[in-house]
Amino acid sequence: MSSEFGIWLAAFFTIGIASFLYKDNPLYKFCESVFVGISAGYWAVALFWENLITKMFDGLGISYSLGLWPEKGALQDIFSGVWNWNILHVLAAILGIMMLMRLFPKIGWIARWPLSVIVGSTAGLWMITYFQSNFLSQLQKTVIPLFDIGRINELSEIGAVMAEQGRSIPLDNYFAAYLGNLVLIFGTLAGLVYFYFSKEHKGIFGRTAKVGIYFLMITFGASFGYTVMSRMSLLIGRLYFLFSTWLGFVN
Amino acid sequence: MRREIPLILTGIVGITFFVQFFVPHSPMRELSETFSDWYSIISAFAIWLGGLNLMKISFEKVYKKDKDWFFAVTTIVSFFLILIVGLFFSGGRQYLEQGSGYDWLYRNIYSPLSATMFALLAFFVASASYRAFRARNAQATVLLLAAFIVMAGRTPFGDWITVFLPEGWRLSNLSNVIMNYFNVAGQRAIMIGIALGIVSTSLRIILGIERSHLGGE
Repeated sequence: MSSEFGIWLAAFFTIGIASFLYKDNPLYKFCESVFVGISAGYWAVALFWENLITKMFDGLGISYSLGLWPEKGALQDIFSGVWNWNILHVLAAILGIMMLMRLFPKIGWIARWPLSVIVGSTAGLWMITYFQSNFLSQLQKTVIPLFDIGRINELSEIGAVMAEQGRSIPLDNYFAAYLGNLVLIFGTLAGLVYFYFSKEHKGIFGRTAKVGIYFLMITFGASFGYTVMSRMSLLIGRLYFLFSTWLGFVN
Repeated sequence: MRREIPLILTGIVGITFFVQFFVPHSPMRELSETFSDWYSIISAFAIWLGGLNLMKISFEKVYKKDKDWFFAVTTIVSFFLILIVGLFFSGGRQYLEQGSGYDWLYRNIYSPLSATMFALLAFFVASASYRAFRARNAQATVLLLAAFIVMAGRTPFGDWITVFLPEGWRLSNLSNVIMNYFNVAGQRAIMIGIALGIVSTSLRIILGIERSHLGGE
């Protein structure tokens, strides 16, 4: 059994949160409220050092003026007659303070200004990045030959080697060579047809949309299974911590 | 002033980011980098706003002695604990280094709490799926089967129940086929749909047609 205080604390919080499986209880509520406070504080500290200090204080040269950072910033450059774009961070600081006005209901509307910068930059950035990564690159990956000739040729070579070892070619390899591309192309198209609501889903269009639903159902099922397994691995991690690191039952 | 200036700001920032992609030269590049820093600075303030708002609500709860006010005290104490340790007793910019007070709090409090909280979801998802997943029709059956194959195929159990099949043709291989082809095809259709939705929504926001972020006025 561990004698380290931190391990005992971690074990206490692990059991406290897990106690919810029995029913909602004061121990769980205590751990939950600690989690809320710690999470909020964790991100406040992280963003203070990563964003406010490095971008705002260092960029403006306030850290340099206070002797906390060796590099000069915008204020020093501007006073020596050199233009530095970072001087505009003053406006960001003002907008940031305006964001905090949200805490006061009467002047809360002032927070719309910084919010508009966040929304505008996200919109401008995402419009291009999503168009590139999610639209163009996905289309590009779908415009492929119906059959993967390279893999089909490889199959016979792999098959000969595996036959010598008394093994058969794995299902994944067969599928990748003969049906993989076909499934990718038709599945994507069918899914897109299902999402196209400007035309009534009738006739061939309707039947393709129906196939699209099946592809989407497989996707949702696979995503669900994958999520459950990732949560299970977290659970195993916690159980391993309790029985190994804390209690020392497992070496 | 309450609506026009935010609309203009949204447009200017959005167009700058958009144009910068096509004109990656001065002054668009510097302007875009500046706005990118603005984004980081304002988002840090936004996180602080969230923390301070949490404190405001918690203090009100304690002051009014609302139900479960004691747990609000716990929230306040834990928030200030990590804040004080992280800002003043963790070596400044080296706050993330192993052995710092902030790192100790992260490893022994934050990490176990968040991992157990998410691990609990395994039980809730399993119980919810038991109630919701019924093979009522062909589509629901396909979803159920895909989920089962992926879950079983990722564990030794999957191969164990298909041990009578030749090696390479067992459930783990079928799981790979589903994940790499059927799942990818569906994900692609969804991703393309999302991309088109984001492009049109972004255009609406930049052009000032979509104003819900300003309070829906």
